[in-house]
Amino acid sequence: MTLSNQQKAEDVAAGIRKRVFLHTMRNNGGYLSQACSAAESLAFLYNEALKLGEPTLPKVPLPFAGVPSAHNPDAFTGAGYHGPFAPEYDRFIISPAHYALVIYSALIQMGRMDEHALDHFNRDGGSVEMIGAEHSPGMEVTTGSLAQGLSMAAGVAWARKKKGEPGKVWVYMSDGEFQEGQTWECLAAMSYHGIDNIRVVVDVNRQQCDGAMSSVLDLGDLPARVSSFGVTCRSIDGHDLDAFRTAADSAEPGKPLIILANTSPFQGMEFLKKRFPRLHYVRFKSAEERQEMQTAIAAELGVDEAEIARA
Amino acid sequence: MVEIVNRPYAKAFETFATARPEVLCLSADLTSSCEVDGFRDRHPEQFLTLGMAEQNMLSFAGGLAMQGYRPFIHTFSVFLYRRPYDQLINSIAYSNRKVRMMGFLPGIATPGGITHQAIEDISVMRAIPNMTILECGDATEVETVLEVADSVNGPVYVRVLRGEVPRLFSTPFELNKLRTLSEGDDVLVVTSGICTEEALRAAEPLKSRGIGIHHLHVSTLKPFDRDGLIKAARGKKGVVTLENHTINGGLGSLVAEILAEEGLGVKLRRLGLQDTFAHGASKPYLMKKYKLDASALVAAIGDVLGKALDIADAELEAVRLDTVHSAQKAEAL
Repeated sequence: MTLSNQQKAEDVAAGIRKRVFLHTMRNNGGYLSQACSAAESLAFLYNEALKLGEPTLPKVPLPFAGVPSAHNPDAFTGAGYHGPFAPEYDRFIISPAHYALVIYSALIQMGRMDEHALDHFNRDGGSVEMIGAEHSPGMEVTTGSLAQGLSMAAGVAWARKKKGEPGKVWVYMSDGEFQEGQTWECLAAMSYHGIDNIRVVVDVNRQQCDGAMSSVLDLGDLPARVSSFGVTCRSIDGHDLDAFRTAADSAEPGKPLIILANTSPFQGMEFLKKRFPRLHYVRFKSAEERQEMQTAIAAELGVDEAEIARA
Repeated sequence: MVEIVNRPYAKAFETFATARPEVLCLSADLTSSCEVDGFRDRHPEQFLTLGMAEQNMLSFAGGLAMQGYRPFIHTFSVFLYRRPYDQLINSIAYSNRKVRMMGFLPGIATPGGITHQAIEDISVMRAIPNMTILECGDATEVETVLEVADSVNGPVYVRVLRGEVPRLFSTPFELNKLRTLSEGDDVLVVTSGICTEEALRAAEPLKSRGIGIHHLHVSTLKPFDRDGLIKAARGKKGVVTLENHTINGGLGSLVAEILAEEGLGVKLRRLGLQDTFAHGASKPYLMKKYKLDASALVAAIGDVLGKALDIADAELEAVRLDTVHSAQKAEAL
């Protein structure tokens, strides 16, 4: 079992990639590319940036307890894996719900969830859903419909600031969410209201479901567009942990901080390049194709192929 | 003579909110149109302007509710659900957050035309799990709806009346309780919102012709006082609903569902927008054109009774409560 700061961020990132890879091979498909792009971002956040307490939910994920309603006192959110809500602690809002497998892997790597928690992934009646919802581990809001996470986080941040709470609100987003108008509405609102206790990390992998964003709806000079909304915007190499450390320390009073983490959708798994631009969800058309990928990526990650067969 | 109250919401909201620091007033560029401009000026610490950006506003409100605030969103009814429907579902309703959506100028109460007329809002909101739907029918309900809405553990949508509002009721808004305005044996009339005032114009002419009207006013549309409706409908020769909304999915539909489920086998006529959009014009003009007025109600009552009622428009107009505020122009935006 690993605990915060007892491992290096590099090791956390490697662990995230390995866990997502193992799970994808064992289950014949998965959101593999998102692990490539997100590994360092999540490693930096969970291992260094986020100020979180000990988890309040059991290490083995609970079954789904029913949808929230006035008549369901059992409903819970997955925020419990980020520790208790307290003024001094940070909050971490995850917006791209399809990164769920990567988030779960990060929680396991950090020792916040059980080593075998992914055995519950995508199982009927469970909370560890494929597209995370607010009851899924690590999730606090329901963001499968993209671009709402930032606005909810902004509301949380405004409220925390009004109450004088020292804890920050961190948000993890994907760049595709900048195609939604709501994201820009929110940037305008955060800037206007000087919401400066919010820190947003964006996975700028320039990929979306249909393929490369340049072939779907290109966002052009994203740093310039974001900066023009009056927020503090840092555009960094999203696989450079030192760059994260510098950017995270560069918030300015009266402004939200947006860190655009420019990433590669096959970082650490160069073999995935062969699939470009069909990276959103990796599936296999044949046993041969699967074996070829398994051997190649296992070699890249230093994984013993026998470990894949374990499950 | 019915008392006309000027801007009852403005005063009621200020009194209500200032006593509750966890209540926030949110606005999307329609602050004076929703009568909270005075509140904004006098209580800026409880006011949050979010501009013409309803998608962000609804999700942002969800975030505020996550932190224990109770945001009261102020805008026109139509802007609370048409553009930001996805946000309404995923940022508010699913999580059962205590966000209170105060919708002004519902239905054809606005001369703003199709873009401004929320004619299917109740239908849409009724389909959303966790949602509570309230509708004000007079000044007293506008003044007392805030505490009722705020008592609900979950999201609430309120159809609010603004400007010069008649006072019809002497008792406060009660959650999920039908108001009985008259009792009679022939026909059950069920009305809501501004249509209740309109229906009251027909009360005396019908009574004078010996027609027994049981009149219920509905101010809670979801949940719904099912038992109260069944009790009143049983044994009647017919039921007529009148609503400032399309007949599909609103009051008329929910009454139809209950009558059918109970097997009452009583004739029903649903008055409201007959599966049509409206257009920009004055409220009285639109109510007459789309048969939301007392004359249409009388015709429907005659229809279910199988006899023509000899009540001329002139007689209905003679008792029009509008006469006490006839100087009022079509409400400006």
